[in-house]
Amino acid sequence: MGSDALFYVFGAFAIAASLLVIAQRNPIYSVLLLIASFGALSGLYVLLDAPFVAVIQIIVYAGAIMVLFLFVVMLLNAPREDTQHDERVLPLLREGPTRFGGALAIALVVELLWALTRRPQAGSFAGAGVSSVSAIGRSLFTDYGFAFEATSVLILVAMVGAVVLARRDPVIRNRTATRGGR
Amino acid sequence: MPTLNDYLVLSAILFAIGAAGVFLRRNLITILLSIEIMLNAVNLTFVAFGRSMGSVDGQIIVFFVMTVAAAEAAVGLAIVIGLFRHRESLNPDSFTSLKW
Repeated sequence: MGSDALFYVFGAFAIAASLLVIAQRNPIYSVLLLIASFGALSGLYVLLDAPFVAVIQIIVYAGAIMVLFLFVVMLLNAPREDTQHDERVLPLLREGPTRFGGALAIALVVELLWALTRRPQAGSFAGAGVSSVSAIGRSLFTDYGFAFEATSVLILVAMVGAVVLARRDPVIRNRTATRGGR
Repeated sequence: MPTLNDYLVLSAILFAIGAAGVFLRRNLITILLSIEIMLNAVNLTFVAFGRSMGSVDGQIIVFFVMTVAAAEAAVGLAIVIGLFRHRESLNPDSFTSLKW
């Protein structure tokens, strides 16, 4: 079956790209690989009869949020990750809390796979999925109208917060100026 | 045809990759990217369950998750810029003091 093979292709691509995201030392490559992973996830949404989610995944996530990340990475211009320990050593063999991090990640994978394989096996999806954008829009603006308006306030607060947080503090700038700093 | 379980296993693997990134990496930008991987794994779960139940609610919750992810990325990156301005470093181990 075509869609069967496509699921495995997109799934393998998403997993490989996500693994490479956390394996890269240069954040620019991480961001670009994450965009590739989002493309594969968008293909999975199409397979799940959710074209609206697939499109906003590409437009909003890959097009807006990841470009924001890319801007910040290039603005900071700090590609090297400065760590005390040697990056080439496997995480489980390093000393300190990093080893616990690796052990926790492995434990999480084992637990999730254990829980999912003990779940009763569901067959393939029954019936047709809701894929029409008009149904999504009607539900979004009626049943979820309050939540929709609340997200607009959330976006406004985040915008104001980002501007305030990233602004240069005038007090600090004056102090460094009188001190003859940079 | 791939079943609901296949999608859930794929989502679990992606979520574990994101969690491993948060635990293992020592770069604030990569940690934020790992959080995005986890959010996307959860989105995949929502859409798969919505498809399985034949309801539209799963796709609508994905819409809200994306909104929250955008807000989180904006505020988080603003904080990262502010921290980098003070310490010239992206290593979270260098941000140990509450006030400087």
